[in-house]
Amino acid sequence: MKSVINYFKEIYFGLKSLITGMRITGHYFTHPKEIITQQYPENRETLKMFERFRGEVVLLHNENNEHKCTGCSACEVACPNGTIEIIHKRVDVDGRKVKALDTFVYHLQMCTMCGLCIPACPTDAIVMANTFEHAVFDRSKLTKVLNNPGSKIMDGIK
Amino acid sequence: MEDVITKPLESQEYFINMGPQHPSTHGVLRLVLSLDGEIIRKVEPHIGYIHRSIEKMCEHDSYQQIVHLTDRMDYLSCHINNEAVCLGVEMGLQLEVPERVKVIRTIIGELTRLSSHQLWWGVMGMDLGAITTFLYGFRDREMITDIFEETCGARLTMNYNVPGGLMFDIHPNFQKRTKDFITHFKKKLPEYDDLLSNNVIFRQRTMGIGKLSKEDTISYSVTGPSGRASGFSCDVRKHHPYSAYDKVQFKEILRTEGDCFARYQCRIDEMWESISIIEQLIDNIPEGSFKAPTKAVIKLPKGEFYQKVETARGEFGVYIISEGQKSPYRLKFRSPGFSNLSALNHMAQGCKIADLVAIMSTIDLVIPDIDR
Repeated sequence: MKSVINYFKEIYFGLKSLITGMRITGHYFTHPKEIITQQYPENRETLKMFERFRGEVVLLHNENNEHKCTGCSACEVACPNGTIEIIHKRVDVDGRKVKALDTFVYHLQMCTMCGLCIPACPTDAIVMANTFEHAVFDRSKLTKVLNNPGSKIMDGIK
Repeated sequence: MEDVITKPLESQEYFINMGPQHPSTHGVLRLVLSLDGEIIRKVEPHIGYIHRSIEKMCEHDSYQQIVHLTDRMDYLSCHINNEAVCLGVEMGLQLEVPERVKVIRTIIGELTRLSSHQLWWGVMGMDLGAITTFLYGFRDREMITDIFEETCGARLTMNYNVPGGLMFDIHPNFQKRTKDFITHFKKKLPEYDDLLSNNVIFRQRTMGIGKLSKEDTISYSVTGPSGRASGFSCDVRKHHPYSAYDKVQFKEILRTEGDCFARYQCRIDEMWESISIIEQLIDNIPEGSFKAPTKAVIKLPKGEFYQKVETARGEFGVYIISEGQKSPYRLKFRSPGFSNLSALNHMAQGCKIADLVAIMSTIDLVIPDIDR
């Protein structure tokens, strides 16, 4: 007799648990306001990333095509993966040869977005941009030169 | 003809490969199953498919650079891994970090634990055939990843800790967002019970499956919620408090059954404890600096340093041997996943293949953590 009662008890509680679960599903089915899904890429125009989001390294230029990079290689040393490559040149300043930035090579394909290069920079020349759509058809396109052609260092940055 | 009549039907053991690309192995874990019918006789895990030699890479990196490699091990509790390395380096330098750093590290560590358990809960349901839970788990996890994205700058591999403190201060919105999340999640966590914990199918598939006794738990050194479900009191936060865990009140969740359901329930209860820890700290973040000054090139004194923390999966240890150089002579990680996996064979013997999936879900394997 006891086993029969237990049998029906099990069926009752089993059905009850299923209905409790289905009630939650039903609640969200009838309350579409609680949906949090974002329709990417349809919302590309309105999508705003957080300001600290680390997407890629960029070298800041002002309107006169001037940057703050002195070519000191501090970011190259701080980078764990060899993502940043600084190629130097020698320029004449007041009659003596001074090291300066020639090419700022950035290998995006190796970058892990750890952000260690940003605090390492003594002149705050580089920042992390919010862009995240890095997909390209050819891997060689991921190796970028960050300093604009013809750009030079800002006055007063040492 | 004589043989067929006199001998009863004999069964024969055979082998099956589960993985390395099986969807329920959570990554590239290959299990060689020795089966008798559908009964598992032996499970032999073959690992190494995602080995990246992180420990060897650490020997060539500076102490600041090591931190970001630990993100790639147990990616679901990456902040706690980062913290372990930072605490180890700070121990070597005998550096006292500001109180503010300790509190922020604790809050973010608990948020990481919550997000890890939420993902585990969703995936656990999915492994047992309930896709619904996956979406609910990710819905709540999304709020935490937003908090991380705003404060740390990344959603998964945060790299927010640096030896000596934090990379930058918390975002002004951090406290408000965290409080919003806590009020939201306190309402949603009972739903988890309604959807999965009390579900009749789920209970029947987990209760009494994959039992592990307390003695075996200790001998296999299974830690974390998986160990505590068998009654092994192993919470590093309680026994060897680091950061701000000595200032907060929380219970160590212990259960005695040691089966899949106990491990499940342990994690659900741990989520409540994490919520309570965050609530105690979020309004009491002390003012001050977010980083203790360190040299640009950190050189640890000659010696050996060991620091352990409690990640979402168990005890994570960092063992640094320094020769006084700018990178360690040898660095060993004690990852919880590796030890927890070693008990799998013991737990799964005599179970069916479907039970093995449940057992693997409840010990919460993250394969990059095992392989390193």
